[in-house]
Amino acid sequence: MKTIYILWLRQIKRYVRSKSRIIGSLGQPVLYLISLGYGFGPIFEKAGQGDYIQFLAPGIIGMSIIFTAIFSGIEIIWDRQFGFLKETLVAPVSRFNIMLGRTFGGATVATIQGIIVFLIALLFGFSPFAWSLVPVAFLVMFLTALLFTALGTAIASLLEDMQGFQLIMNFLIMPLFFLSGALFPLQGLPSALTTVARFDPLSYGIDALRHLLINFSYFGLATDFAVLGIVAFAFIWIGSYFFSRIQA
Amino acid sequence: MNIIEVNNLVKEFGDTVAVRGVSFSVKPGEIFAFLGPNGAGKSTTIKMLTTLLRPTSGEMLLGGHNPLTESDAVRHSFGIVFQDPSLDDELTAYENLELHGVLYDVPKYIRRDRIHELLQFVDLHDRRDDFVKTFSGGMKRRLEIARGLLHHPKILFLDEPTLGLDPQTRNHMWSYLKDLNAKEGITIFFTTHYMEEADRIAQRIAVIDHGKIVASGTPAELKSQTNASNLEEAFLELTGKNIRNEEAGSIDNMRMARRMWGGGKRR
Repeated sequence: MKTIYILWLRQIKRYVRSKSRIIGSLGQPVLYLISLGYGFGPIFEKAGQGDYIQFLAPGIIGMSIIFTAIFSGIEIIWDRQFGFLKETLVAPVSRFNIMLGRTFGGATVATIQGIIVFLIALLFGFSPFAWSLVPVAFLVMFLTALLFTALGTAIASLLEDMQGFQLIMNFLIMPLFFLSGALFPLQGLPSALTTVARFDPLSYGIDALRHLLINFSYFGLATDFAVLGIVAFAFIWIGSYFFSRIQA
Repeated sequence: MNIIEVNNLVKEFGDTVAVRGVSFSVKPGEIFAFLGPNGAGKSTTIKMLTTLLRPTSGEMLLGGHNPLTESDAVRHSFGIVFQDPSLDDELTAYENLELHGVLYDVPKYIRRDRIHELLQFVDLHDRRDDFVKTFSGGMKRRLEIARGLLHHPKILFLDEPTLGLDPQTRNHMWSYLKDLNAKEGITIFFTTHYMEEADRIAQRIAVIDHGKIVASGTPAELKSQTNASNLEEAFLELTGKNIRNEEAGSIDNMRMARRMWGGGKRR
């Protein structure tokens, strides 16, 4: 327990201390909120779908969570190349605990990013329909973050260096984000696209956020929670399996 | 009983054989040097001894424990200073030691005292709350030695600990380690490319080349075996004069990548 805590704390300290990282990673969500939110707002409204900022904000929160979470997981590659990973691997601590500590740390960081984006969205005119459900939305953020941090860990455990980074960015993170329904409603899409979205775990995270923040849902909250829970569990399991096989 | 016992250890990576049947032993309280040209199999052997790599075949015992089946007992028994720094740059010196103490389950009241004592020992006490990224190479190495000793290990592994250090730091470091060896009887297992250093410090030496032990004994024995006047000559006699190519690890690529990405959003 203590070892999980100290590794969690390490991730938090690293995050809090890198101000440029915090500010830098908020640039993208703000840009999306301004350009898409205000840019497509009038068309969205004309199409009878209501306020686009309301619809978009949960998607952008989901975006910042998936980016931060997968990067946090992938940070293992840096730790590996710059030695710190070896320090943890020769310690008398089970690999599973090391993986859990890191993953919870990364997930906490990603959740904080999500909450910051939520607060920024409020400045852009976003307002949740029931404040009492906002803490539950934070829980969904954490669950989503946990899932993708574990995915990042699994990927990082298989990679030697950052050579494959562009590949992951363009063929994993970007598709997961763009096909998740973060930017558009899943209702009435070509069936191929909805099918893809159904296999994208981020769809369920964002759908749950929409349900809790703007009372609008495609899958339904129970399905969202079930899928997020099961997939998070599976990814932690897969991540710790691959992590346990790392040889330095 | 020997504190390190290695018998016919083999490690293959695909088609290449990095370590081909290595056997040696180290007595408790000994200062033991493990020498060899680049790519001879030194680091691979150390990684197997320290539970980082699984051998293809062969037996090892550290303090009577098997690294494969009793990895936690083995991990408690040694401290290690790796060839490359393995500190967290974004944490302070104190935090790095604190993290190590928690990972090794050193009780809090002992941990605090021990950390202060060790930081004074390696002359970093007044820098304890500074981030490690502000430290020089020598300071980092000293901090790593302090960290490696924090949990009172029986064996200290040092993989090229003096690489890139100035003579002052080197001298300071070895006098400290020899002192520790004399006082607490800690076994020291180190590698180095400075033959003069091995000659002066080590009580016994094993020379490895192409994954095999080619000679072992006291520095004097190695010199008389090869009719050499110093250890460097003896070493060249044993391992030949050809220059070895060590495969460039991905670490070189990473150093470049870090420069490109550093200061970006993830660091």
